[in-house]
Amino acid sequence: MRKGKIVGLEGSFAVAEAVRMAKVDVISAFPITPQTHIVERLAEMVADGELDAEFICVESEHTAMSACVGASAAGARVFTCTAGPGLEYMYNMMTIPSSMRLPVVMVIANRALSAPLSVWCDHSDMMTIRDVGWIQMIAENNQEAFDLTVCAYRIAEDKEVLFPAIVHIDGFYLSHVIEGVVLPDEEEVAHFIPDYEHPFVLDPEKPVSMGCYGPPFIYPEAKKAQEFDFEKTKPKIKEIWKEFGETFGRYYAPVEKYKMEGASIALLTMGSIGETAMLAVDEMREEGRDAGLLRLRLWRPFPFKEFRDAVKDLELLVVLDRAISFGMGGPVCSEVKSALYDKRKELSIVGFIGGLGGRDIPIDGFKEMVNLALERVKMVERGEEMEPEMIGVREWGR
Amino acid sequence: MGEMREREEMEQEEELFLPRFITTEENFAPGHRACIGCGEALAVRHVCKVLGKNVIIVNATGCVEIISSLLPYTSWRVPWIHTLFENVAAVVSGIESGYKVRIRKGKIEDRGVKFVGFAGDGGTSDIGLQALSGAMERGHNFLYCCFDNEAYMNTGIQRSSSTPYGAWTTTAPVGKKSIGQMTWKKNMPEIAVAHRIPYVATACPSYPFDLMDKVKRGMEIEGPAYIQIFSVCPTGWRSQPNLTIEIGRLAVETGVFPLYEVINGEYRLSVDVPELKLVKEYLRKQGRFRHLTDDVIERIQARVVEEYERLRAKAGVK
Repeated sequence: MRKGKIVGLEGSFAVAEAVRMAKVDVISAFPITPQTHIVERLAEMVADGELDAEFICVESEHTAMSACVGASAAGARVFTCTAGPGLEYMYNMMTIPSSMRLPVVMVIANRALSAPLSVWCDHSDMMTIRDVGWIQMIAENNQEAFDLTVCAYRIAEDKEVLFPAIVHIDGFYLSHVIEGVVLPDEEEVAHFIPDYEHPFVLDPEKPVSMGCYGPPFIYPEAKKAQEFDFEKTKPKIKEIWKEFGETFGRYYAPVEKYKMEGASIALLTMGSIGETAMLAVDEMREEGRDAGLLRLRLWRPFPFKEFRDAVKDLELLVVLDRAISFGMGGPVCSEVKSALYDKRKELSIVGFIGGLGGRDIPIDGFKEMVNLALERVKMVERGEEMEPEMIGVREWGR
Repeated sequence: MGEMREREEMEQEEELFLPRFITTEENFAPGHRACIGCGEALAVRHVCKVLGKNVIIVNATGCVEIISSLLPYTSWRVPWIHTLFENVAAVVSGIESGYKVRIRKGKIEDRGVKFVGFAGDGGTSDIGLQALSGAMERGHNFLYCCFDNEAYMNTGIQRSSSTPYGAWTTTAPVGKKSIGQMTWKKNMPEIAVAHRIPYVATACPSYPFDLMDKVKRGMEIEGPAYIQIFSVCPTGWRSQPNLTIEIGRLAVETGVFPLYEVINGEYRLSVDVPELKLVKEYLRKQGRFRHLTDDVIERIQARVVEEYERLRAKAGVK
């Protein structure tokens, strides 16, 4: 089932189309490579009257998020987008909408962090906001960039959710690459994400105080309530994805599986690089290796149950991190290990760090990772130490 | 001669009757936790009387936020939001834009809601300057009140760029090699004026009617309005709580904090003091200046006179 017409679109334009169809009220953003095409396209849409919204062309990412919070608190549907260092600059505001239950929607065109300056893709920016309480989804291609942005509004604004949501799209790999995207009927999107009314807005007829001061006698209760509700969003997210699938014909899951039937080895990736990993899995399967691929779609809240189910028959899980936690290794690998520690100790997990600052990982790179991982497992069996390893890096003397 | 007497009489009557025209409604409720003699809480109270009910207030982190919103209590009888220290003007921008577009799209009625930002001097002239500059440049329709108590009082009397020359603070302490604050107070109203916004003013709760008039004008004018309100802080200034009003008046009468308005670029002195009192009278009342020697006081005196003359010239007063 496919509804709508196929249009060649950059990931950025696909996101802009989703934002237009969501009929947002306020866009507040600051340009930063590789997110620029999203804001430029939205500015055009507003200038041409294709989208009736206030475009606040702000002086920084910090203000971009602050204005989104203000507009959202006033009951408006809002959008912002950023990348890498812009997200770092915005960080100060990131805990506000999640703690004040404002359904801000943001797209991040993932970018490496300085220094040295790099405008290219990795997931270092994503890792800086791991713990701020936003729902975080990751797109693998431009279609997903569109679909997940539409879903982000529906999820964030659900009365049982009311948390802000992020859609991660890999900078350049998606933001600047043209792919065929099925654009659904606008009416149908409008039906899927109807106008919403936040139960508590800044309104002189019903005065509320927002963002009060919480001393130790009340702060932990506020945080527990937040975590309690945040965990509860998981079934709601799955329910909304299911409804999206039934409406538009494309189904999404917290952990996506590729050729996992009968697999004893699996790769775990996030974002656009999963498409290369799929090709590597195809080749490995042809070569007789029972390999599969897992892609994390829902990064927060972390889908523990779905993830544990997905790895239950595996012997080896190879995790690729496009980010590094200096002195600790790959952040995704660390999380995955902690998610499984009390459940499946017999599963070998080997992590690699690669693809930093836009460095490509070819198909062979994934196959090499699997081979190296099998060696590492033997090393561990011999009682040797296993250190986090970076792949695809030139080293002197090698 | 008769005419002058008549005017004097009228002014006296005004003094007597004006308070009766001020609403007894308190939208900044009593029971907050401000220190005794707090000039800022008094100013907020006056401002809120003028703002009325049809307003949304955005508050920066700082004294006012802390004293008024300790969970589960609130002193605010109007919609109020606090997020961070440095972004009041940015949050106001969002609220104003949200209302504007929702009215345009017919989602809500236009009930003429006003949007107001409250911040201290640090949240305005230091950490919040960029957000404020951006909001003024973009021309949002809002009023911004800077409650200037000349240091970071909430965190324990640390210097800001609004702290006056020679004042003791905990991060500009007085020592063998220091007289306290070694820089001159940043002229924030002039920075606002440089944005060519339609309304800039200075005010002080020692002159409550002047303050309220200015809030009213700032609220009614279309576009950004900025008011800097002199807020005596007995705790941080090491002054007697019962002298708050007097010190505010002395700040004006010595020229330390002149009261004026700039409407569409036109300067107007609200209270002209042809013969300024000596700054010494003002400084003497505050422990934060007690270490100052005569030569430093002379330096301050010269600077105050120079600045005041410059302001008078701009206002066309000879």
